[in-house]
Amino acid sequence: MPRDGDHVREAAERVARNSYGKLVAFLAARTRDLAGAEDALADAFAAALTDWTANGIPRNPEAWLIAVARRKAIDAGRRRRSSESAVPELRMISEELAEAADANMPIKDDRLSLMFACAHPAIDPSIRAPLILQTILGFDAAAIASAFLVSPATMSQRLVRAKNKIRQAGIPFRVPERTDLGERLGAVLDSIYAAFTEGWCDPGGIDSRRRNLAEEGIWLGRMVTALMPDEPEALGLLALMLYAEARRGARRNDGGEYVPLEDQNPSLWDNAMIDEAEALLLRASGMGDTGRYQLEAAVQSAHVVRRRSGRSDWAAIERIYDLLIALTGSPVVAINRAIAIAEARGAAEGLTALDELAGDQRLAEYQPYWAARAGLLAKTGQIDLADQAYEQAIGLESDAAVRGFLQQRRSELKRLSPH
Amino acid sequence: MQYLLLIYGNEAGMLNTSKAQAEQMMAAYGAYTEAMKKAGVLVGANRLRPTSSASSVRVADGKTKVLDGPYAESREQLGGYYLIDVPDLDAALSWAARCPGANHGTIEVRPIWVM
Repeated sequence: MPRDGDHVREAAERVARNSYGKLVAFLAARTRDLAGAEDALADAFAAALTDWTANGIPRNPEAWLIAVARRKAIDAGRRRRSSESAVPELRMISEELAEAADANMPIKDDRLSLMFACAHPAIDPSIRAPLILQTILGFDAAAIASAFLVSPATMSQRLVRAKNKIRQAGIPFRVPERTDLGERLGAVLDSIYAAFTEGWCDPGGIDSRRRNLAEEGIWLGRMVTALMPDEPEALGLLALMLYAEARRGARRNDGGEYVPLEDQNPSLWDNAMIDEAEALLLRASGMGDTGRYQLEAAVQSAHVVRRRSGRSDWAAIERIYDLLIALTGSPVVAINRAIAIAEARGAAEGLTALDELAGDQRLAEYQPYWAARAGLLAKTGQIDLADQAYEQAIGLESDAAVRGFLQQRRSELKRLSPH
Repeated sequence: MQYLLLIYGNEAGMLNTSKAQAEQMMAAYGAYTEAMKKAGVLVGANRLRPTSSASSVRVADGKTKVLDGPYAESREQLGGYYLIDVPDLDAALSWAARCPGANHGTIEVRPIWVM
């Protein structure tokens, strides 16, 4: 049955989108050879475009791709034939070729195991998110590099190095035992959140690659919650990402200028996404074991109360930040807590809380610290100090829209000035 | 897979411990080695004499140079090793974490490159 090329391309893209990571994980689970699995799969997708156009789309495209990718991997193994690669290659032939020949067999979903391998403690934390984006979603190194602001060559090199480490060091493709699961799942969730925040750093959605990364982060979050439905932190992370994504449309005004959370128009928020986040958070809270992501999602929940009451629940937000500080000790959380205190109990008290952080070297070059400080200094009438703090914040900001917003706030100080 | 667990530690500190502490350490290593044997993972193990007994050899321009002492001076020195056979890195890391030396120094875990 002949099919037109567009139809075939669409079908291949659909399989790639939904199954890429599943196929990579399945191919690499025993050999731990991610690069080899990716190469074989790329060959299989190329072959699919020709074969499916001529013969029609197979009933089980995943099984078709696996069977072809496996043959390609075996051919590549024969060509290499170094003693290192021959053993796993031969084992793969004997153990699994028979299974894959059965086109009716569903492909086992090893994506979680693959993610745990990518976020293994023996893998450098900064490469875990890129590794997951590449192996689960099939992003190329150049796309990942641009989102993470490093050169494509560097990113490519680091990805190759990480894949070699997985193979040579014998990092297992496995969901860890219960005793290690908490910490190890935390690393997986952190990697997903890193991918999401890289995407969210472009709140205007001008850079489509970045916007895409936020959506992919949510997609990965959904995948993990589907495969591990009883992990409250996974639910918390998905809720957190949905709350944030729901506000995307409100983070820029018509002129493309940055709009901070407190000035956003709640009618521009995505209600369906917020409702889904609220339901997820509720489900997670029923499971006990409250962690970082549930708490951060709870902060978001206390903000979206504004949809009904017109005001964020700042007292609740302050309490949640207390819990988060106890959990993480993060100075970034402490800044947000000071802002919550200022809203709940007045700018002077907020400033006192912020002053307690002044000695922390990690904050000296952190824009939000200086912006928060400037805002609270202005509210307490310390105009000159506020002006200096805004200058510092502006100098540290990399996003033009946020910089413009800070410059606007700084210029407004003159109206408040007694001179 | 086979892994070499390389035990690095501060040699000077180790040599200055009391007799009681040294005995306790030896007993801990004895128990650790026994546990590895029972689990069927131990391939080989040895303790090394201090770096003061080390000699380093290099051949440059056809001339053999022998130096008194270790290849590189560092804060922690190689003091011994275990060669183990386990299914994967996670298993190797958990054995490394049980090594008495991990509490004082560093256990470097290296996969064996099968030739």
